[in-house]
Amino acid sequence: MTLLTEKDFGTPPAQSTKLVTLEIDGHTVTVPEGTSIMRAAMELGTQIPKLCATDMVKPFGSCRLCIVEIEGRKGTPASCTTPVAEGIKVKTQSDRLLQLRRGVMELYISDHPLDCLTCASNGDCELQDMAGAVGLREVRYGFEGKNHIAARNTDSSVNASYKPKDTTNPYFTFDPAKCIVCLRCVRACEEVQGTFALTVDGRGFDGQIAAGMDEGFLASECVSCGACVQACPTATLMENTVIARGQPEHTVLTTCAYCGVGCSFKAEMRGDEVIRMVPWKDGGANEGHSCVKGRFAWGYASHKDRITTPMIRERITDPWREVTWDEAIAHAASRFKAIQAKYGKGAIGGITSSRCTNEEVFAVQKMVRAAFGVNNVDTCARVCHSPTGYGLSKTFGTSAGTQNFKSVDKADVIMVVGASPTDGHPVFASRLKKRIRQGARLIVIDPRATGMVRSPHVEAVHHLALLPGTNVAVINALAHVILTEGLENKAFIAERCDTAEFARWADFISDPRHAPEAVQDITRVPAAELRAAARLYATAGNGAIYYGLGVTEHSQGTTMVMGLANLAMLTGNIGREGVGVNPLRGQNNVQGSCDMGSFPHELSGYRHISDPSVRGLFERDWNVTLDSDPGLRIPNMLAAAVDGSFKGLFVQGEDIAQSDPNTQHVTAGLAAMDCVVVQDLFLNETAAYAHVFLPGTSFLEKDGTFTNAERRINRVRPVMAPKTGKHEWQAVAELASAMGYAMAYSSAAEIMDEIARLTPGFARVSFKMLDERGSVQWPCNDAAPDGTPIMHVKGFVRGKGRFMLTDYVATPERATGRFPLILTTGRTLTQYNVGAQTRRTGNVAWHPEDILEIHPHDAELRGISEGQLVSLSSRVGQTTLRAHITEGIPVGVVYTTFHHPVTGANVITTDYSDWATNCPEYKVTAVQVGLTNAASDWQNQWTEHRAASTRREARRQ
Amino acid sequence: MIRLFVPRDSFALALDADAVAARITAEARERKLDIVVVRNGSRGLAFLEPLVEVDTPMGRMAYGPVTVADVASLFEAKFHEGGKHPLAHGRTDAIPFLKNQQRLTFARCGLTDPLSLADYQAHGGFAGLAAALKKSPADIVAEVTASGLRGRGGAGFPTGIKWQTVLNAAEPEKYICCNADEGDSGTFADRMLMEGDPFLLIEGMTIAGLAAGAREGFLYIRSEYPQAIATMVRACELAQAAGFLGQSIQGTNHSFSLHVRTGAGAYICGEETAMLESLEGKRGMVRAKPPIPALEGLFGKPTIINNVLSFAAVPDILARGGAAYQALGLGRSRGTLPFQLAGNVKQGGLVELAFGPSLRSLINDFGGGTASGRPIRAVQVGGPLGAYLPEAALDTPLDYEAFAGASAMLGHGGVVVFDDTVDMGLQARFAMEFCAVESCGKCTPCRIGAQRGVEVIDRLRASENPAANLALLKDLCQTMTDASLCAMGGLTPMPVLSALSHFPEDFQPAAKAAE
Repeated sequence: MTLLTEKDFGTPPAQSTKLVTLEIDGHTVTVPEGTSIMRAAMELGTQIPKLCATDMVKPFGSCRLCIVEIEGRKGTPASCTTPVAEGIKVKTQSDRLLQLRRGVMELYISDHPLDCLTCASNGDCELQDMAGAVGLREVRYGFEGKNHIAARNTDSSVNASYKPKDTTNPYFTFDPAKCIVCLRCVRACEEVQGTFALTVDGRGFDGQIAAGMDEGFLASECVSCGACVQACPTATLMENTVIARGQPEHTVLTTCAYCGVGCSFKAEMRGDEVIRMVPWKDGGANEGHSCVKGRFAWGYASHKDRITTPMIRERITDPWREVTWDEAIAHAASRFKAIQAKYGKGAIGGITSSRCTNEEVFAVQKMVRAAFGVNNVDTCARVCHSPTGYGLSKTFGTSAGTQNFKSVDKADVIMVVGASPTDGHPVFASRLKKRIRQGARLIVIDPRATGMVRSPHVEAVHHLALLPGTNVAVINALAHVILTEGLENKAFIAERCDTAEFARWADFISDPRHAPEAVQDITRVPAAELRAAARLYATAGNGAIYYGLGVTEHSQGTTMVMGLANLAMLTGNIGREGVGVNPLRGQNNVQGSCDMGSFPHELSGYRHISDPSVRGLFERDWNVTLDSDPGLRIPNMLAAAVDGSFKGLFVQGEDIAQSDPNTQHVTAGLAAMDCVVVQDLFLNETAAYAHVFLPGTSFLEKDGTFTNAERRINRVRPVMAPKTGKHEWQAVAELASAMGYAMAYSSAAEIMDEIARLTPGFARVSFKMLDERGSVQWPCNDAAPDGTPIMHVKGFVRGKGRFMLTDYVATPERATGRFPLILTTGRTLTQYNVGAQTRRTGNVAWHPEDILEIHPHDAELRGISEGQLVSLSSRVGQTTLRAHITEGIPVGVVYTTFHHPVTGANVITTDYSDWATNCPEYKVTAVQVGLTNAASDWQNQWTEHRAASTRREARRQ
Repeated sequence: MIRLFVPRDSFALALDADAVAARITAEARERKLDIVVVRNGSRGLAFLEPLVEVDTPMGRMAYGPVTVADVASLFEAKFHEGGKHPLAHGRTDAIPFLKNQQRLTFARCGLTDPLSLADYQAHGGFAGLAAALKKSPADIVAEVTASGLRGRGGAGFPTGIKWQTVLNAAEPEKYICCNADEGDSGTFADRMLMEGDPFLLIEGMTIAGLAAGAREGFLYIRSEYPQAIATMVRACELAQAAGFLGQSIQGTNHSFSLHVRTGAGAYICGEETAMLESLEGKRGMVRAKPPIPALEGLFGKPTIINNVLSFAAVPDILARGGAAYQALGLGRSRGTLPFQLAGNVKQGGLVELAFGPSLRSLINDFGGGTASGRPIRAVQVGGPLGAYLPEAALDTPLDYEAFAGASAMLGHGGVVVFDDTVDMGLQARFAMEFCAVESCGKCTPCRIGAQRGVEVIDRLRASENPAANLALLKDLCQTMTDASLCAMGGLTPMPVLSALSHFPEDFQPAAKAAE
C-alpha cells in the first residue's frame, strides 16, 4: 500500500482524432492534434518543470517554468500553451532554459517563506519540487524586499502587503503568505466547479487571491467543493486535517456515500486514520471533482454519537442496554419468531437502505424472503424514485436512466425538471454548467429559482416556474406543441416506437385541452413560454432531460416520468450521446437498492416474484421456497402496524421516522410494533422506537459496491476494519441463520458473485473485474461485456418504445382558505437527507437549521420579516421554524428542507402518494404560515421523547 | 459671416479653450460681428494651443497660443479678417511644423468640425468605404496587403496578413476590435484622431468589418480619455443615423455595428489579449498565445484587433489604392507614421511623416531642439517600454528595422526628449517601477521581477555590492526578456538595459560624485 500519486499531464487531453508526430529530446511521440507540448512530453514520461499547469484546468502560461526550445522557432515558448505540430523538434533541457527557469524560481522564492520543514505541504509541495528540479541554490535578491510573507517589515513597520490566514472555512485554511499567484485555485473554481467565487484582487506584485469581495471563504459564494485546495501547488490552500495530522502515507480508492452521483475518491490514509478524501481523476462519474459533502464531510464516521456496540431493550421507554452481538441477534430472532408464531408469517418485514452497499441490501432482502419467508421487503427508494422505475420500465423497458454523466458534454439543449443539481448533485451540476457555458441551452422546470436558473455565466433560456402539482399539465403542453406544430421526429417514431400506441397517444395529446393556452391558468406558466420551450427542446439538436424528486414525489409522479419519456421519444432524443431521460438519484445507492430486488414484488433485476421461472432460479440457488405473492410496501406495513396486524420490522440504515411523510402516522405505526430492529450508525429518530439496535458500518468500513444514477457499479473499499467488529451483511446473515435459514458468506465478493449468478444484467460483474476496470455500467453480461454507458442504442429494451397516456389529474391536496399556501420540500448543498451524517460534521457552518422560504408578498401579508419564527401548519401537523424572505420562490408557495429532526418538516407532509408506486407527495402540501414565538406541541413532545428514548444504561464494569 | 476655429481637442481644452471660445463669442456679440465659432480638432501644433484659426480669403490664418486675456486685443487687431497680431503665425498650412509633414492619416484632423458628417464628406470622407463596398472581401484585404501597412500599435505586424487570417477563418461570427487604450507615456495620436476625426476611425473599422465578414465591432478607449469617448459615442450615433453604421450600410446588404467600451484604468489593457479579457467583462489579464486572436479572439471568435492609427490609415488606402500608400516610406516600413513629439522639446505635437528621416531631424527640424535649450542627452522612443537612445544614435532613420538594429523600437511613435540634466539611473528605476505597478500580475518574471528590479537598482545606486547587483540586474533582465508572457515584462528591460549600456555612470552615483 502506497500513496497513489496520479500522473499530472499538465494540460487536459485534446479531443482530436487526427494524430501528430513530433520529437521531444530526440524521442518520437504521436499524440492527438491540439495536445500541448507539455502533455506530449508527459506521455513520453518527460516531466517539464511546471507550477501553474495542471491537467484539471486549461493551460494558463503564467509560471514560465515550462518553457522549451523548438528547432527553427525563435524564443522560448511555454510548453503548456504551445500545441504540438507535425515534425517539430523540441528540447526540454538546455543551459539557456536552465538559467531562465532558475531565474524564475529565484523570483518565486524571493517572496515565499522559508519554513519548509514546518510547512503542512512538506513532502507534497510542487514549489519545493521545482526549486529542486531547477537546482536553485541561492536567492540573490535577499528577503528584505517587498513581500507577502511577514506581518512586519525588517524595520518592524507594518507590512501592508501581508494578509493573515483565513480560517473561516471549517475544512481548509487559506494562507496568502504562501501563495505564488498561479491562479490554479481561481481557474479550478471557474472551470471545474463553475462557481466563480475566487479572483485576484489588485494588480502586479500586489495581486492576491480573494474569495468573493475579499470577505473570506465562508462568507463568500464559495461552495467549499475543494477544487481549489486540490489544485493548489503549495500549502496556501490546505486541508485542516493535513495541517493538524500531517501528510498521508497510503491510498485506498473508494466511492462517496452521499448522493447518486457516486464520486470516486482516494481515501488518503495514515494507518487506519483518514487524513483526507481527494476526488479521483479516473473516477468515471466525477473525473476528479467533488463537493463539500464527499470531499470534507466524512467526520461523522468517528463522531462521538456513533454507536459501535449492539444494544437491546424490552420496551421503548427503557434505557438501552449494551450486549454482545450474539445476544442481540438471538434476542431479535426470538422476538421475530415469537411474532410470526402469534400473528403469522406476514406480521414482520424489512426495509433495505439506499445508503448501504448492493451486497448489504441483497443480504437483507434475501433474509426477508428466505428467512422470514415473506416478501414484505421494501426500500427507501419507495419514497423517492419508485416512479422512475415504474415509468421508465413501462415506456422504455428498463428501470434506470439512459445515459452516462459524460453524455451531457454532447447535449445541445438541456431540460432540468424538478431538480436542483447544484444542491443535490453538485458534481454533476458542475459538468452541466460547464456544458452550458460552452453554449448548450437550458430549460428549467421548477417552481423555485434554483441554482441552475441564473448563476455566473449560466442562465436558463426558459424558466417555467410552475405551481407545484402541475407537472403533468406542463409536460403535456410541451408534447402538444411539438406534435401539433409538426416538430416531432417522424422517422424515429416510425422506426423505434410502437406506432399503434403512438397513434392512440397522438390522438390524446393533440386535444386542445393540452394546449399551453388551455393550461396556463392551472400551471401559472405563460403559454408563450411553454411554446418557446417546447420548440427549443424539439429543434435545438441533442436534447437531454435530467430530473429529480420534483418529478417523482407527487400523486402523479409516475405519470410525469412517463410524460418525460414520451417527450424524449417524440423528438428522437434516445439512444445516443447527448440525449436521454435521466433521473438524478437522491442517495448513493438508490439505483443499486432497487436493482437488488428490494421491492416487494420484484427479485433482483426487476423480475416479478410471481414469475415461476424467475422464482425457481432463486429457489434452487437459495434452497428455499419463496412466496409467490408480492409483500407489503412501507406505507402498507405502517398502516398494518397501526391496525395491529404487522408487529415486527428490520430497518436497515433508513430513518423513516424523519424521512417519511406524516411523521405522526409513521411513529404511531412504529410504536405499535413488538419488535423494531434498527441497523444504523446512530440512534436516529426511528431508533427511538426500536427494541434492538445493531450498530452499522460507515462507508469507510464497508466492502462492497454502490450503483450510481448512471448505472455505474463502483467499488466501496474499507479503509479500516468495522468499528463494530462486524460487517453489516455478516450481522444480517447471522440473524437469518438465527431465524432458521442458514445463510453464510465468507466475503462481500461472494455475495456479488451470487448477485451476478442470479441477475442477467450483472452476469459479468465481480469484484475482481471491478478492481481491474475501476467501474462498469450495467447491463454487463455476455451481450455487453464492457457494460452499457448508453441504453437503448439499437432499440428499446422492451422492443418498441411505448407512448403512455398521461392525463393530468390535479392532486386532491389543494390550497384552501384555511391552508392557502403550498409547501414544497427539498434539500440544500451542505446537508444531506435527514442530516444524520452532515449534521455531525463541519457542514453545520452553512446550514445550522432548516428555514422556511417565503415570497415577500406572502410574508408581508402575514407581517413576517426576515429571520422571524413562524409556525408552519397543515391539516396533519404543525411545526415552528425561521422564515427567509426570497423572490426565488413564487407567490403562494413556501419551501423548506428536512435535514434537522427538530424541524419536523415531515410532520407537515401528508400521506397522499403516487397512484402507481405510493411514492409520497412530499412536494405538495397545503399549509398556513403565521408568526409565532414558541416551538410547536409536536416539537416539545419530540424533545421530551427523544431524551427519554435514547437513554443508555450506565456502562457496566 | 466669419468662420473661426477653436479646437475641442484635449490639448486645447486643457489650456482653457472653452473659455477662449466663449470669450470670442461674447466679444463678437458685443462688437456686433457676425461670426461662427467652429470647434475643430487639433492640427497637432501642441506648442501653439489653443490655436485659433480664422477662415479668410487668404486661407486659414493661425493665432496662438491664445488665452482669454488675448481675445480683446485680437479683435482690436481685426484677427477675424486676418489682421496682424503678436500671436499671428500667418497661414496655418504654411507653418513649417505643419507644412513639412506628409499628412495622410491626419490630413483632415483639425480642418473640420469632427462631428459634422457633411464636413467629413466634403473633405473626402467615406471615399474609402465607397470603394470597399464595391469590392469583395478578398480584394479589400489584397489592397491593404499591397499598401504594406503594418500595425501602428507598436508591434508592426503586417495588417494585410492579419486580416487575411481572419477572413480565412471558417467561423460565421467574427469581430473587429480597435485598441484605443493609448497608455504609452508621450503618445497622443490615437486621442487626437478620435477627438478630431472620429468618422475616419469608424470608416476604417467598417472597412475591416467588410473585409473580414464581421458584423460587430468594439472600440476600447481608456477611461482617461473622456473627450475621445464622448466624441466617438456621438460620432457612432451620427454615423448610424446616416446609414454608415448598422443594418444595410448605404443601402447595401452589408451591416456593421460599432460599440464604444471604456477601460478601467489599466495600462495592460493596451495589450491586445488583456483588452479582449476586459471587453469580455473580465479582469484585464494577458492571454497566452497561441491561440492568436485572429483565430480565437473576442468571445473565442476570430477577431481583427488593430490600433486606432492602423484602422485610420485604411480609408485612404482603399480610396487611393494600396500602391499610393506603398510608394511612401523606407525599406519594409511603408506609408507614414504619425510621430508624437513630447518631453523636453521646444515644439511638441503631432508630426506625420513617411518613414525614413532621422530621429535627429524629427527632433530638431520639427521640435526645434530642447525646450530648456540644453543639450539633448537621451531620447526615449516607443513609450515607457522603449529604449533610451543617446545623442550619438540620433541619426538612426525612423524605420522599424533600423530601430530594431539599434536595440530600440519605434512602437507607437512616441518620442520623449531629455536634456543633460536627466538621471538615467532614476529613469531605469522608473521603467521597473512602472512595470511593477502596471503588470497584470499573471506571469512571474513581470509580477515579481519588476519589483525586484526596482530594489536591485536602488541597491546599485546606493553602491551596495555593485558588481554582484549589476550581474543580478542583467540576469533579471534576461529572465524578464526571455521568459515573460507578453511584451510588458518582455520589453521592460529595454529601457533599463539601454540606460545601463549608454549611461553606466548614472548607476553608480557614489562613484560619480567621488570623481
